[in-house]
This record gives sequence, structure tokens and C-alpha cells, in this order.
Amino acid sequence: MHGIIDVCLDVEPVSQPAWSVFRPSVGRPWFIGHVKVNSECRRATVPTVPQSTIAASETPERHDLPATTAAGGLGEVGLAGTRNPFAASPLERRKNAKEAIARVVLALFTFVLIAPVLAILVYLVVKAWPVLGLSFILENPANRMTAGGIWAPLVGTFFLVVISLAIAAPIGILGGVYLNEYAGNNWRTRVVALGVTNLAGVPSIVHGLFGVGAFVLFAGMGESVLAASCTLAVMSLPVIITSTREALNSVPMAFREACWNMGATRWQTIRTIVLPNSIGGILTGVIFEVTRAAGETAPILFTGAVFFKGGLKEHGLASFFPYSLNEGCMALSMHLYTLATQVVGVSEPIQYGTAVVLIGLTLAVNSVSIGLRGYLRSRKKW
Amino acid sequence: MKAASQTRPWRAAQRLARVASEIGTNLRRLVIGRTEWAIESVIRLCGWSAILFVFSIFGFILLIAANAFGTLDWREFFFSTEWQPDSVVKPHYGTLALLVGTLSVTGLAMALAAPLGLGAAVFISEFCHGKVKETLKVLVELSAAIPSVVWGFVGYMVVAPLVIRFTGAPVGVNLLNGGLILGLMSVPIIVSMSEDALRAVPDAYREAAVSLGASRWEIVYRVLFPAAKNGLLAAVLLGVGRAIGETMAVLMCTGHAVKIPHSLLDPVRTLTATIASELGESPAGEMHYWVLFTIGLELFALTFAVNVVADLVVKGIRSARNY
Repeated sequence: MHGIIDVCLDVEPVSQPAWSVFRPSVGRPWFIGHVKVNSECRRATVPTVPQSTIAASETPERHDLPATTAAGGLGEVGLAGTRNPFAASPLERRKNAKEAIARVVLALFTFVLIAPVLAILVYLVVKAWPVLGLSFILENPANRMTAGGIWAPLVGTFFLVVISLAIAAPIGILGGVYLNEYAGNNWRTRVVALGVTNLAGVPSIVHGLFGVGAFVLFAGMGESVLAASCTLAVMSLPVIITSTREALNSVPMAFREACWNMGATRWQTIRTIVLPNSIGGILTGVIFEVTRAAGETAPILFTGAVFFKGGLKEHGLASFFPYSLNEGCMALSMHLYTLATQVVGVSEPIQYGTAVVLIGLTLAVNSVSIGLRGYLRSRKKW
Repeated sequence: MKAASQTRPWRAAQRLARVASEIGTNLRRLVIGRTEWAIESVIRLCGWSAILFVFSIFGFILLIAANAFGTLDWREFFFSTEWQPDSVVKPHYGTLALLVGTLSVTGLAMALAAPLGLGAAVFISEFCHGKVKETLKVLVELSAAIPSVVWGFVGYMVVAPLVIRFTGAPVGVNLLNGGLILGLMSVPIIVSMSEDALRAVPDAYREAAVSLGASRWEIVYRVLFPAAKNGLLAAVLLGVGRAIGETMAVLMCTGHAVKIPHSLLDPVRTLTATIASELGESPAGEMHYWVLFTIGLELFALTFAVNVVADLVVKGIRSARNY
């Protein structure tokens, strides 16, 4: 019929350019089929197209294009002796080069961000290797903190985290419930949300000052486990509120509507439908908060953490409850700070060992949280 | 003969039962209503607790700091670099050097963290898929969980010797070290926030750009950056807020010299580090103690301003955009 194939760029963006072949003799373009282009040998194969409708005889010729043409100035020879429509134009080539550069540079950025963290982790573990062991964890610091282990600070951190969570979790979760379930879309809600953001942004040392003012002095708790826990609780509140709000937000509205239709009140709906369906997300947020509370030092610096506490039990049940609520305690983060900057003559492995235990603790708990999130996401029913 | 149900005492009993059940229903309704009301007010209170705490943080710190307001020389407090709180003759409470210290460390950290964080966020959210993307996200999340005191420890024990070796500085704990550590610390926050911002851009934007023949980088540069610029700006601002407030890391890594730094290798001191290092030594109920709380107030105001601006940047524009 005719010897010309019109090749148009398909508008659908795909990584392998797809070309559509149209027969131009008919009034409007008539779709015939896709041409698959093998970019290496520049061979075009036209599947399922009747030989008579197009000049397919051109196709085999593309086999023996000279290598130079195929590699470099692609496009001197085209399907019908015109320019190769599959060749990258200079603009495209520039674009591809730019994209490649961008990809490499951005990957480098990511690498620069992650590599030091991994390197530091490995370095810490290597440096701490001589002391790492069960006895390091189970022994109390001894000999003016230059020997022994980290049991007392570890238990102290545990106490602080548990008590602060016991205070912050209920308030935070209910706060998240309020923001997501009760609050309307108005300026008051916006003010509350702004308050949450700002509470999250308050510097940790300012939280410490607040703890001194409110709990240690005003409430008369003195520098104690309780005061430090309360300070940590205030600090963890915004994170718990935010994560709870997100978890609740992911429960579909239809669930609530179905429950309301059965005559349930707001609170009944929340208690029986919303909370059970979002408990995983809430839990993830709370677990995440554990690691943050465990690692914080500045807020407990003046509200309850002490440099050293002697005469603590090391064995038996008493070793699990070395502190009473109204006295100061040691904490792992504080202990690390003390060992690094305040005490002379501490052997390096002990310092690094403390850092490794602290970091290992936070990473382990965090991994649990991340794993839990992945598990829940995988078995989500809606 | 009347049926048993028609007898008078039986009818009376029936009426009584009906009244009782009505009372019961009403009572139950009442109880449910009351419970609902009580629970709702508790929840409301918890919701407002965040605001309550923000105000009480301000209030309690102000309460203690106010003791200093009468005798404090405000001009000196803001514009003098002389910080000699322990001087017996005449103590000086100038916080300019501390403020400049905070700002310089933060500035250096952000100069490092903002491009790194934005670049990494773009790479993770636009150039990676599937397993790689998930892994990178988890790694970033995990590095955000490393406690600040551990970062401080790393700066003090690991980076400081390196700084001395490679720059020949007399001390390893200085502006450069603090900025490096603080930058590495705040990168994860910036990454996750700006990733959120990028994710908030509808896919239709990307698809439209691709259909016009844009490459990935062109999409990022020409479409995503303009569309998400407020979110990205807010991410950096939140990073700034965190960096200003960071305490332990800068306490351990910046050295302790109260002076305005002239080079990257000068040791500096920040507002937060001053409070952390001196509050334990200053006796309660004295001028020094109160002035430290005043610095806390200054810090609070600074971060509050940064956070509000970040919020306005996000929310103010959110109402204007129409997707």
C-alpha cells in the first residue's frame, strides 16, 4: 500500500519507551500494535501486525547497523531511511546525564547520613568488647565507678521509664482520643494541636527547669525518682498524643458510623471499636517513647538523677528495687555522661560498654516497635 | 370468673412493675449520660493538657526567674558577652556570647544537615522502591532513636581526637565538633519530616510531569520542590528548633569557652550547656540560679517562636493549596 510507518510517542510514561504504530492512510490514525525496541541492537520487532499493512521489510535491516551508528550518532538511519526515531536527542541525553548525576549525588547524601551511624555503632562495640558480658550488666559500679558494671543505673532507668509511662500513657492516649474523636475542625483544636507541637519542641533542659520548679520545689517531691519521672512524663506526652492521633486516624470512619447506627454513644464506640482497632499503632508510639525517655539526660539532671549512689544491693530480690520513690536514683544516660566527663581514671571499655548498653537498649526496643508495626500493617483487615 | 391477670392486685403489681422499669430505664439513661459526660470531660481535659503544660512550663520557670528581674541589668543580659556569675566583686550576666554560641553551632549543624537531610529524603522517597526504601527508612528511624548523650559521648571520645588530628586544633571539643555531631543528630528528623512533606504531594502531580517527558530529577526539582516547599521549610525549621534545644551533645562536644567564636576551631558555649553545667553548682535562691532560669525562659521563647513559625508555614499554606 505504502512504505511509510508513522511512529508516534506514546504518552504513557514508561521506563522502556513504548512506540505505537499507526497507519496514516486512513483518515485518523489507526492503532496497529506496539513496536518493542531493543535498545542494544536497535532492532525493532513488530508483533501481530499483518505484513501487508506496513512495510515490515525495513525491520531486518536494522540488524546490521554499523556499531558506531548504534552507539553514537544513533538516528542517522531510520525505519524508512529517515532519522532514527528511537535515538536519544541531545536534550534527552543531557537529561539522562543530569538524572544520573542527581541519583548518584543523592545516594551519596544518604550514604553520608547512614554510614557514620553504622561506623560509630561498630566502633563502639569493638571498643567495648573486653567488658561486654553478663557480669557487666549484673554488677553495680564499684571502686569510685572505675570498676564493676552498670546494674544500678540500668534499674534506675527502668524505674524512671516505667513510672513516667504510667503517668504519660493514659493522659497521652486520652489526649490523642480527644484530638481525633471529639475535637471539631475549629480554632480551638488548632490551638491544642499547636500546643502539642510546641510541647514537643520545648528543649529538654527547659523541661528539666520546669521539673525543678514544678515537681521538685512546688510539689515538694524533692530530687527524687518521682519528680524525675513526672518531668519525663511531661516530655513524652506530645509524642504519645501525636502517635495515638495518627493510629486513631487510620481507623476507617465507616467503623464508627456502623457503631453509632447501633445506638452506641461516642465513648462506647471509642471503647469497643476505635481503640481495639488501633491498639497496635498506639502501642508502637508508646514503645517508641520508651526509648526516648530512657535516653534523655537533661530533664533528669536536676530532678532526680544522681551521679552515684552507694550501698545498693547487688543480689536477690532487693537488687531489683534499690531505690525508693522519694530519693534520687542513678540512670544509665546520666551514668554515661558522668563516666565520660566527670570521673577520672575510668577505663575506656567501661565507658564504651555503658554507651553500647544504652544504645543497644534503645535500638532493641525500637526494633521491636518497628517489627510490631510491620506485623500489624501486614495483617490489617481493611 | 375473671382471669388471674384481671384481678385488682395483679393489675396493681403490673403497674408498679411498669413504673419501676420506666424508672430503671430513665436511671440507666441518666447513668449512661452521666458516665458519658464524665468520660468526655476527662478526655477533654487530657486533650487540653498539652496546652496546660506549655503554659505551666512557662509559668513555673517565669515564677523562679522573676526573682532576678528586679536587679538584672537587661541591657547587659542581652548585649554583653561578659558571663562571670561567680565573681565576688561584681558578677556579670551577659548572655550574648552564649546566644551567639547557640546560633553558631545550630547554624553549622543546619548547613550540614539541611542539604543532607533534604537530599536523603528525596532519594529515599523518589528514587528508591520496595525493600531498599523500607530498609533505608528503618535505618533513618533507628538513627533518630540514638540518645543525645550517646552522640555527645561519640563527639567527646571519637570525633574530638579526629578533629585534633586533621585540623591541628589545640582542643578537639569545639564549634566544628559540636556542629558535626549536632548536624548528624538532627538529620533524621529533617529526613522524616521532609519525606512526609514529599509524600503529601499528590501523585497526579508526578504523573502529569512524567507524561510531559520529565525525568525523575526534573520532577523533583521542578514539581516536588515548589509543591512541597512549605513542608520542607517546616522540616528544616523543626530541625533548627531541636538543634537550639539540644543539651547533652553540645554540653559534651563544644568545649566551654564563653566567647564569640571567630573560627570553626574555637570552642564555644551554648545557652543549654550553660544551664546544664551550672545549675547544679549554683545555690538555689541566689541571683545566679535565677539568671539561669531566665536563660531557660530565653530558650523557651526562642524555640517557641521557631515552632510557631514552622507551624504557620505549614498550616497557613495548607489552607491555600487546593488538593
